[in-house]
Amino acid sequence: MNLLHFFGLPPAASTYAADIDFGLRLTFGAIVFVFFSWSVYLAYLVFRYRNKPGGRAEYEKSEGISKAMIPGLVVLVLEMILIIFWEIPVWGKIKEEMPKMGDVVEVNVLAQQFAWNIQYPGPDGKFGRREQKLVSFSNPIGLDYNDPAAKDDVVLANELHLPLGKMAVIHLMSMDVIHDFAVPEFRIKQDIVPGMDIPLWVKPTRIGNFDLACAQLCGFGHSLMVGHVIVQSPENFAAWLKKEAPNPQAASSANNF
Amino acid sequence: MSEHKTSFLKKYVFTTDHKMIAMQYMFTSLSALLIGFFFVLIMRWELAFPGHPIPILGSLLSARLTPNGVMSPEFYNMLGAMHGTAMIFLGIAPLGFAAFGNYVLPLQVGAPDMAFPKINMISYWSFVVGCLILAASFFLPSGPLQSGWTAYPPLSEITRGTTFWILAMVFIITSSLLGAINFIVTGLNMRAPGLTLGRLPIFVWAELVTSAIILLAFPPVEAGAILLLMDCVAHTSFYLPQGLTILGHASGAAGGGAPILWQHLFWFLGHPEVYVLLLPAIGIVAEIIANNSRKPLYGYKAMVGSLLTILILSFVVWAHHLYISGMSPFLSDFFAITTLAISVPSVILLTCLVFSLQGGSIRFTTPMLFALSFLPLFGIGGLTGIPLGVTVTDIYLHDTYYVIGHFHYVVVAGILMALFGGIYFWFPKWFGRKMNESLGKWHFWGTVIGINGTFFPMFILGLAGQSRRLWNPLAQAHNVPWQKWHVVSSVFAGILLLAQIPFIYNFFHSLFKGERVSDNPWEATTLDWACPSPPPHGNFSSPVAVYRGPYEYSPPHRRDSWIPQNAEAS
Repeated sequence: MNLLHFFGLPPAASTYAADIDFGLRLTFGAIVFVFFSWSVYLAYLVFRYRNKPGGRAEYEKSEGISKAMIPGLVVLVLEMILIIFWEIPVWGKIKEEMPKMGDVVEVNVLAQQFAWNIQYPGPDGKFGRREQKLVSFSNPIGLDYNDPAAKDDVVLANELHLPLGKMAVIHLMSMDVIHDFAVPEFRIKQDIVPGMDIPLWVKPTRIGNFDLACAQLCGFGHSLMVGHVIVQSPENFAAWLKKEAPNPQAASSANNF
Repeated sequence: MSEHKTSFLKKYVFTTDHKMIAMQYMFTSLSALLIGFFFVLIMRWELAFPGHPIPILGSLLSARLTPNGVMSPEFYNMLGAMHGTAMIFLGIAPLGFAAFGNYVLPLQVGAPDMAFPKINMISYWSFVVGCLILAASFFLPSGPLQSGWTAYPPLSEITRGTTFWILAMVFIITSSLLGAINFIVTGLNMRAPGLTLGRLPIFVWAELVTSAIILLAFPPVEAGAILLLMDCVAHTSFYLPQGLTILGHASGAAGGGAPILWQHLFWFLGHPEVYVLLLPAIGIVAEIIANNSRKPLYGYKAMVGSLLTILILSFVVWAHHLYISGMSPFLSDFFAITTLAISVPSVILLTCLVFSLQGGSIRFTTPMLFALSFLPLFGIGGLTGIPLGVTVTDIYLHDTYYVIGHFHYVVVAGILMALFGGIYFWFPKWFGRKMNESLGKWHFWGTVIGINGTFFPMFILGLAGQSRRLWNPLAQAHNVPWQKWHVVSSVFAGILLLAQIPFIYNFFHSLFKGERVSDNPWEATTLDWACPSPPPHGNFSSPVAVYRGPYEYSPPHRRDSWIPQNAEAS
């Protein structure tokens, strides 16, 4: 049982959430221990050395390298152990190493003020070309339907479906300002910077419907920029994707329009 | 010293006397703190009761800001950006660095005034121009900055109000640079005979290190701000990439710029700025603790060494604000190491302050209460920074309310408490009168309760994954179960406001009717207490010389519990 759930931490839903929760437990445990032991010591000093009638302070000076350095050095050693043996490998796993393409679900997330556009490549596994001049109300991401790869793409607003237990690689792109992809249950967060394609991976471990809320101030509608991450069983996910896939005729007629 | 006959304008407005300039900074920055506090109180109403009309104020403001009395999201963003700017650049930094520095530093080094009195005056008036530009931006049709106090492009370039904010920042930064030069020259070159560097009070060291940080950190952001200004007014693209589509319309920007560049330039100032706020506060706490524990400060050399270490390390930690910004993740490990390393000098400083109590004979005066509360409260602020400095846990906590709780514990519960203590401590020197002790204790306990009640709930909100800068947190389903903590926080913010009433009353009442005290009511050792209270023009009635270190309290073989630095015989 994780005590942090009592203080707000939502139940985890991704593979690396356990690593991050371990880090939170470790650092918060250290904070509470250090704070209370120091506070007790401080309270003792304040009480023990209070001003008494006729009392006099000791004339004691500590020059040079004093024992005040010891707590600092202990802290330094513990912190460096934490960084070298835990933080650098875990950070590398989450943010630096991307899974090999192949058996992964690839999704484009195109953030805009104030919505999440989600693009799946469809059965061909290729994302259709996007072009800025094609952006319109009915085609928010400017998908070029003349591109053969675009014909089977699935484009949605504010709904990101992911299959349970399968690696997903999400390409984060922004059309206007900086947004931030944050799903508290996944324990993941990544700024989405216009002009960049930032990949992010996640392997969901729990079926559910989670808030996908923008975490970087993006304008007056920032707090309303909420989408949903829907984690489904792989069978339900496949069935859903098949249902959503546009038939070629509809796609080409949309293009003519 | 002869009293100069000077006109009102020359004495109180365009003065070159460091003491009057300090008072100008003091009153301007305390007003800015109060105004910035009112901004956030309006925001806290919206956060606690989203969508409910603001009492009284809602009907007074224009329909654009508060339609049907309810705060609009634009208005929320304006107040948010202005709260941060006012508190950091117009409130805490000028109060700790400029107001206390201007008054106390020349006195503590035994100087008749600052090295460059006219530059000092220009520094203050440049600051005032910056404040006025920011105030004026509220009356523009566009309103003030809406993109957070960090003004990240592209948002800051497509929302309005940014231009005035940049112009104000240029004046405020210029003011800080002029002040920093003045403090360095005064602190190093105008020391009284015998006042070697090893005998300087810790407060002077803190101001010198702060000045050096300002000199090195502010110019890059000033240059960066000029680039942002060019983007806003001359349609350059320093921070804009190609092909942006703003609300369905193609942006005309040529592109080729990088939004993250601004974040690097901003936080190259932004993180050292935290130490600009913190170090004067630590200096003040050191003076108060040494004076009230009646024993020499523990580990003087370790403290000075720590201050100098912070000076260096504070310039290599800035990108810990950028772990998840899209900066290369390979850079983050370096900044995680430096960030945790900079906790070491801070731990040493706090340890020295705590050890200074051991063997003391502690007097619980009002300034001492504030200084003592700094130790655990700043401790919470510092310790809660560890999960943010560690890259892995920062992934979850970044940009949540946890961050807000962390830096408010640092800046309000830590730094502001120390600055309040400094006001109570040096008030007798400024005005020859003492502030009322019982009102001071009411102020102290009310503020401690208000601060903890306001900021502790933010840790819970942050752990629940709630993002900062949300106009309506309830628009996101995962925030609904935790909404009660916003209400708690807002109620305690009200208590925090009430707790300031005894302070404001005490300040002005004591200014005119407070108990008259001697030149050295706290029985202190440093040179600031060797001149009359208030010090006349030129400060010292006769030339001073220094014969010993700054904290000779309770020396053996003496009846008095202190020997002033300038006392000749032992």
